[in-house]
Amino acid sequence: MKIAVASGKGGTGKTTIATNLAYLASQDGRSVAYVDCDVEEPNGHLFLRPFIASSRLIGRMYPKVDGDKCTHCGLCGEICQYSAIVCVGEKVLVYPELCRACGGCVLVCRPGAIAEVLRNTGKLEAGPAGAVRFVQGVLDIGEAMSAPLIRQVKAAAPKADLVIIDSPPGTSCPVIESVRGTDFVLLVTEPTPFGLNDLKLAVAMVRALTLPFGVVINRADVGDGHTLAYCRAQGIEILAEIPDDRRVAETYSRGILACDAVPAFRAHIVNLLSRICEAAPLAREAAR
Amino acid sequence: MKELVVISGKGGTGKTSLVASFAALSQNAVLADCDVDAADLHLILDPRVVERHQFSGGNRARIRPGHCTACGKCEEVCRFDAIFFDGPGNGSLERTFRVDPVACEGCGVCAWFCAERAIEFGPVVNGEWFVSETRCGPMVHARLGVAGENSGKLVSTVRTTATRLAEERGLDLVIIDGSPGIGCPVIASITGAHVVLAVSEPTLSGLHDLKRVVELTRHFRIPALVCVNKWDLNPEVCSRIEAWAQQQGLGLAGRVRYDRAVTAAQVNGKAVVEYQPDGCAGDIRSVWKNVAAHLETSRLEDANIRLRMPEMRNPL
Repeated sequence: MKIAVASGKGGTGKTTIATNLAYLASQDGRSVAYVDCDVEEPNGHLFLRPFIASSRLIGRMYPKVDGDKCTHCGLCGEICQYSAIVCVGEKVLVYPELCRACGGCVLVCRPGAIAEVLRNTGKLEAGPAGAVRFVQGVLDIGEAMSAPLIRQVKAAAPKADLVIIDSPPGTSCPVIESVRGTDFVLLVTEPTPFGLNDLKLAVAMVRALTLPFGVVINRADVGDGHTLAYCRAQGIEILAEIPDDRRVAETYSRGILACDAVPAFRAHIVNLLSRICEAAPLAREAAR
Repeated sequence: MKELVVISGKGGTGKTSLVASFAALSQNAVLADCDVDAADLHLILDPRVVERHQFSGGNRARIRPGHCTACGKCEEVCRFDAIFFDGPGNGSLERTFRVDPVACEGCGVCAWFCAERAIEFGPVVNGEWFVSETRCGPMVHARLGVAGENSGKLVSTVRTTATRLAEERGLDLVIIDGSPGIGCPVIASITGAHVVLAVSEPTLSGLHDLKRVVELTRHFRIPALVCVNKWDLNPEVCSRIEAWAQQQGLGLAGRVRYDRAVTAAQVNGKAVVEYQPDGCAGDIRSVWKNVAAHLETSRLEDANIRLRMPEMRNPL
C-alpha cells in the first residue's frame, strides 16, 4: 500500500506526520518504506536519522550534437517545444537546463547526429532508519525541475507492505509527480484561512487525479471552524484532528520524533495509522 | 526601483504573514504574489481585481478518436507514459489511443509522428493572473490551474507586470511573496531581484532548508538577509541560525516572536501590524525597518555607481 502525505500549504506538518507514521508502523513489525519526494527541501532524514548505505548521482538526458554528421536541416529545433535545442544558421545550440528529455530531436534527426548524454541533477540516497527503509532524493542547487528527479526517487522506492511518500508542498508538477500512482493521499492541513485556501486547491488536485484521499487537521484548536465545516460539507473524511501542542513543536525543532516524546501525540498517530489502514483499501476497492 | 523577494526554503515559516505586514507598512510598493500554486496573500489584502488575464503554460496533445487507427506510434514515442490504449471506439475500432492530459508534458513528439494527423497539439489555458487594487497599493497575483505546470513562466509574468506597474505609477519598490522550495518558481522569483529576505524558523528543518535556499541566492548572486520567525520556540536553535548567517556574511533582519495573534490576524483578514500595536507586530516593524534601511543603502550604492560610471569611461 502506497500512501502519499501532501498538503497545499507548506509547514502544516507533512513531514511530522509522515515520519511518525513510518516509525510507528515499523514498530508493529510491518515492512515499511519512507520515501522523501520533497527533493528541493528534504527533511525526513533529520527525524528518521537513516544510515545512508548507498548514495548515487542521478540525472537526466540531454542531446549532444555531432557537428560532423549534422546537415543543418533544422528539424531538431523545429520539434523542440522548450527551446532547449536551437538552430542558428550552421550552428546548433543546446540548453541542457531547458531540456525535458522527450527525445524528439533524436527521433527527427535523419543523419543520426544527435546522441543523448546524462547530466547530473541530484542524488539518490538510501539506507536503513531503524526498521524503516529510507530513501530520499536531493535536488542540486540551481536546478529548476524537480519532477523528473521525483520520478526516479519513486522508481527506486524499496518494496514494502507500507510505502509512505513525503511530498513537497503546493499543487503543481512536483506534487503531482509525488502523489501519482499512490493508493491514498493524506492531506495535512491546519484550520486557518491560509490552510483552508490551500487545502481546497489540494483537494481539487487529488480529485482531478481521481485519487482517494482523507484529511488530517493538524493544530486543530488554532484558527477557526471553517476547515471542519468545509470537509463536512464536501463529505471529505477527516482521519485525525491533532491539537496544537508546544511539546510537539519543541521535539520537532530538535529533530526528534514526537511520538517517542509526547504520548498524547503518539496516540493520535496510532489512531491515524489504523484509520488509514481501514480507509485506504476500502477507497481502492471503491475506485475499482 | 527595487525588488524585494521573501522566500524561506521550508514552507509555513511565515512568508505571507510578513509580506502582508510589509505591504501595510511600506506605503510605496507594488505587491506581487509569486507563490502561484498556493497563493494566500489575497486572503489578507482583499484585492479588487481590475484586470484579468488567461495564462498558458504550454501545449497539450489530444487524440481525435475518429482519426485514430490505433497504430500505436504515439505510445511508442511518448517518454512520459501519457498515452493509454483506452480511448473511445470509432466505428472501425473498438478502442483508440488517448492522451492523459496530466501526464502529458506538451513535447508534441506524438503529434509530429502521427501518420494519420489524428493528434491535435496546441496551447492550453492552465492559469489566470490578475492586476488588482488593495488598501496597501496595487497588487499582481495569479492562480495556476489545477494540476497546472510551468509555474516559473507564470511567476515571471507576475513579476514583469508588477515591475511595469511600479514604473508607471512612480513607486520605488516591488515586494514579492515567493514560494517554498528551491525549484523553478523560486528561481523565477529571485533571478535579477535586488534583495532576498529568507524567513527561517528555529528548527533543524528550518536551518537545513535555509542553508539550501541561501546557497540558491548565492548561485544567482543575490544579496540575502535572514530573519528568524517564532524565534522563542527554540532560542538555542535560533542563535545557531543567526550565528551561521553571520558567519556566511548575511545580514540579520531580526527576530519575530511566536504569537497566536498571527493566526488571529489572519482569521480577521488583517496583517499582523494592522491587528495589534505591539508584541509580535512590534518585532515585524523592526524587521521591516532593517529591510527598508538595507534597501535604502543599496539604492545609494546604485546611485554612486551610476555617478562613477562616466569617470570610469573617461580614461579611454
